Amino acid sequence: MILLQLLWAFIQVGAFSFGGGYAALPLIEEQVVRANQWLTAQEFTDIITISQMTPGPIAINSASFVGIRMGGIAGTAVATFGCILPSLVIVLLLSYFFFKYRNLRMVQGVVKGLRPGVVALIAASGYGLMANALWGSKTSFRLDMVDWFAVGLFAVALFALRKWKPNPIYVMLACGVVGALFYGLV
Amino acid sequence: MKKDLRFYWTLFVSTFTLSAFTFGGGYVIVPLMRKKFVETLKWIDEEEMMDLISIAQSAPGPIAVNSSIIIGYRLAGIPGALVTTFGTVLPPMVILAVISQFYTAFRDNKIVSLVLKGMGIGVAAVIVDVVYTMAKGVVKSKNMLHIVVMILALIVALFTGINVAWVVLACGAIGAVNVILQDKKAKGGKSA
Repeated sequence: MILLQLLWAFIQVGAFSFGGGYAALPLIEEQVVRANQWLTAQEFTDIITISQMTPGPIAINSASFVGIRMGGIAGTAVATFGCILPSLVIVLLLSYFFFKYRNLRMVQGVVKGLRPGVVALIAASGYGLMANALWGSKTSFRLDMVDWFAVGLFAVALFALRKWKPNPIYVMLACGVVGALFYGLV
Repeated sequence: MKKDLRFYWTLFVSTFTLSAFTFGGGYVIVPLMRKKFVETLKWIDEEEMMDLISIAQSAPGPIAVNSSIIIGYRLAGIPGALVTTFGTVLPPMVILAVISQFYTAFRDNKIVSLVLKGMGIGVAAVIVDVVYTMAKGVVKSKNMLHIVVMILALIVALFTGINVAWVVLACGAIGAVNVILQDKKAKGGKSA
């Protein structure tokens, strides 16, 4: 039963995450944290962090992580398979038609329409991560909840990213080291 | 090129190593794939590669997986697509499965949890940075429809419990209707 649930959850992640990269975040969160409650919000953030340190798409990383925790090796295989099944079917169909007709105006139109929606979804997901990191809650906000050290580190990290466009992994590693030093000593 | 075992082995090893050394996911793998298949192996020419990548991007799912599927299909049909997909998926699958086994010990370690807490702040900054760049692109396009869709989708995602998949579907439908309307307009000529 859990195998079927994993398969279905990650088929949905694979089928609706347009735009690559962070586009999959809100969908994974929906399935894994909200709908099925396989992970807590904190564990979800940890997976994103781990995903940034390890190779591979975040959707596959989450599928594998959640799969093995909920259903062992079979769970990993099933969740990962679910994740790539929509890609396989849709990309193979598109390829077939592309090599036959090489004309995809309608598909391009749909993709153009998707882009702003995808940006909004990533923004909503990003808000959740930011709220969790800076004041520890997505749904409520009080001034005394704010972790001012986190706000400062966040601002510096964002500034560095905009100004020098470094590889994000270095920014995250630096935040990890600075954060550990600060929280460890204070 | 001959489609013998050695060909499939090269195909598998190529996608496997690309996937194993591409950290962070997303679009990072695309230029690396181009380098491998266009420049090193010379199996696909530059222009066709661009076409393949655009199609890969127009489908849902991870870019790395989609690109592998279409490159494999272009080179050796469905068997090729299966080989490249397997090569791409295997490294992250194995690595995360292994990490998940140590995750609890990993997380319960005081130093690790402090580092993870700090990194969470960095991750938030990275995502805000990505969102800012993407949103700026949409606003700069001065396409009112896209700007309105973006704002509405954000409101829905933040303040309602609606499954985000519906938002994606609705946006795709709006894009499709837009193409149909444009085509009608074009057919109607100057009167439209």
